[in-house]
Amino acid sequence: MKVAVLKGGRSLERGVSLRSAARVEDALERLGHEALPIDVGPDLVKRLRAERPEVAFVAMHGVGGEDGTAQELLEILGIPFTGPDAAACARCIDKVMAKAAMRGGGIPTPDSFAFTQTAFRELGAADALADLEGTLGFPLVVKPSRGGSSLGIKFAGAPAEVPGALVAAFSYDDRVMLERYAAGRELAVSVLGTEPLPIVEAIPDGGDRYDFEARYEIGRTRFVCPADLSPTERAAVTDAALATCKALGCEGFARVDIILAADGPWVLEANAIPGLTDTSLLPQAAEAAGMSFEELVERILHLAGLQV
Amino acid sequence: MTEVPQPPHKRRAHTSTRDLERYAGLFAERTTVMRSSAMRDLMAVTARPEVISLAGGLPDTSTFPAESLAAQMSRVAAESAAAALQYGPTEGFDETKDCIVEVMAAEGMLPDPDDIVVTTGGQQAIDLVAKTLIDPGDVVICEAPTYPGAVPVFCSYQADVRQVEMDAEGMRIDLLEELLAELRAAGRRPKFIYTVPTFQNPGGVTLSLERRARLVELAQEHELLVVEDNPYGLLRYGGEAPAPLYQLDGGDFVIYLGTFSKILSPGIRLGWVVAPPPVLEKVVLGKGAADLCTSTLTQFFVRQYFAEGGWKNYVGDLVGLYRGRRDTMLAALAEHFPAAATWTEPEGGLFIWATLPEYIDTEDLLAKALRSDVAFVPGRAAYVDGRGANSMRLNFSGVTDAEIREGIARIGRVIREQVELYETLAPGPAEVPSTAAPRPAADEADEADNVFPLRKAGGANG
Repeated sequence: MKVAVLKGGRSLERGVSLRSAARVEDALERLGHEALPIDVGPDLVKRLRAERPEVAFVAMHGVGGEDGTAQELLEILGIPFTGPDAAACARCIDKVMAKAAMRGGGIPTPDSFAFTQTAFRELGAADALADLEGTLGFPLVVKPSRGGSSLGIKFAGAPAEVPGALVAAFSYDDRVMLERYAAGRELAVSVLGTEPLPIVEAIPDGGDRYDFEARYEIGRTRFVCPADLSPTERAAVTDAALATCKALGCEGFARVDIILAADGPWVLEANAIPGLTDTSLLPQAAEAAGMSFEELVERILHLAGLQV
Repeated sequence: MTEVPQPPHKRRAHTSTRDLERYAGLFAERTTVMRSSAMRDLMAVTARPEVISLAGGLPDTSTFPAESLAAQMSRVAAESAAAALQYGPTEGFDETKDCIVEVMAAEGMLPDPDDIVVTTGGQQAIDLVAKTLIDPGDVVICEAPTYPGAVPVFCSYQADVRQVEMDAEGMRIDLLEELLAELRAAGRRPKFIYTVPTFQNPGGVTLSLERRARLVELAQEHELLVVEDNPYGLLRYGGEAPAPLYQLDGGDFVIYLGTFSKILSPGIRLGWVVAPPPVLEKVVLGKGAADLCTSTLTQFFVRQYFAEGGWKNYVGDLVGLYRGRRDTMLAALAEHFPAAATWTEPEGGLFIWATLPEYIDTEDLLAKALRSDVAFVPGRAAYVDGRGANSMRLNFSGVTDAEIREGIARIGRVIREQVELYETLAPGPAEVPSTAAPRPAADEADEADNVFPLRKAGGANG
């Protein structure tokens, strides 16, 4: 089967995407498929029309790849693709939209407020910062609304640190979210179709938070899979993850990031196209479930609605 | 469509998580400090063709006449094919050393050819010296900021790197003396002081003659080694050249590192170390272990190139070209960077170091700049301790005048947006330094005081 592997593009997570894609291409070849790597650019539609792949494996991360843009084009061209549909991708990549959907679904997620640059520039939103800080408390987390891999995520421990954190987060997106900091164990639940995989716990070395560098480097973060959880904890975390996928409309696969606090799980976000690099969590979870990377790729293709 | 047959190649079966853990368990302790970073990933984006990259450190090799390269390589092939394709001596050919002596003489130095070992680029020269001298935990002193490529070398040998602030006259020797006293009191002796005294990378500043003399005096007094890394000395666009440390010292306590990368080509990977004989002997043994010998083919090319006698003219051409580009960049900075920014005005070399208001983190700024298709090196890469967050290194040698103007205009625009945003968020004159006009960094010590990691709360990292 001819499988186009969409990768790269202009996203800041280009490098991660290239690594995910390289791994997928290897697996596809070992599975006997014809992998057609496409570094996404202005010729994407032309190439897809000319090559006519039977399916597209979307291995793009971040804005431009994980946000539904490429998926929208694939839908128009009638090419089946892996992972969630365009609408679900658009909901997941935008933390503000995702929050709204999660709250609508009754899913526990930390309180937050979102602002655009315009709100600060033209509506004097800065004057509301003190109230908001009072509501969220410190430390608080400042995140660009769109984007993944922890890029641009800052922690402000005191009011004086908020402006700098906002300026940094606005470097990545025109809208940012200020979120209550949820302290607890960092868990990731990967969901294949409707089936949750074993839960991964990320334990950064040296007490660093699970940041971009730790996330993609072998030996920087210790992962425990399956995470050591009581049956009650496991059930609560799994339920929250499945409910999140449902609320966001994620089909195919997704990874839900959850903080397990003393008062239960708090869902931070769902990743529509989780990383598939050597150090990514979805492949680790699949392996813990007894699934090789090739089997995982095969399953993902199946979920794209194909008989392979 | 016709199928293009793929050459049969076996790809490594993919590593499982268990394999990863097994490898990680085998990694040497030193690899824990060998870090890739988010920056490396951002740099993957800078490689895209539409990006104007002021992030490189590239000489402009397009000016080297292709026909000249072809003629010289043809002669090498015709006259010395067998020897040029053979292994060579670990310390390098005598003829290469003669070329090196010629280059060093152009800056007033007269090394004994026996004190020279030819290396695979200047980077290997740093690595070999570090390999020879550093035990885990040893103190190495360098400038703040320092050459970003030296940081991973020192870290990989598990050095305890201490950085000494610079100002417009290079490393602050008074601060160095304080550090030396502090170390002495703690019973620790630094293994060496690593410095790029001329047109420093990334700072762009040059160590004054007075400070050079004092540095050499300190080295002699305390029997410390100074490693003088001088890739750019011949690329001078103005001002008087202070004597190299090697010349002031006579080669007893100064180890000198040179390279053909910036005066001829980085692609030929030819550099060198000049060191006192006992040090050199170990460096040569280390070199043998690393790669047996430096490429004989490129050594033959350099020999041929120097025999034709035009190398100084070519350096002269480069100086003319880069001087113009430096001037273009300085003018563009004055036009487009905000009042609160400062930058160095280098008399040579390849780089300008710009410093922004302290609330701007240049790694985040780079993400924003990349949306405008322009790139630079965020300052943190030049520090071992997270400082440099609000600085950036700008290269002017590898880009055209038009690209410099456009690139600086774009960076200026994204900085202005951040400054304006910050001002709406944190009103209060104390927070926002704003002087009337852009000013070059007359006193970098002041700005160095402003160099603090912004992201310290909660161990946060982007």
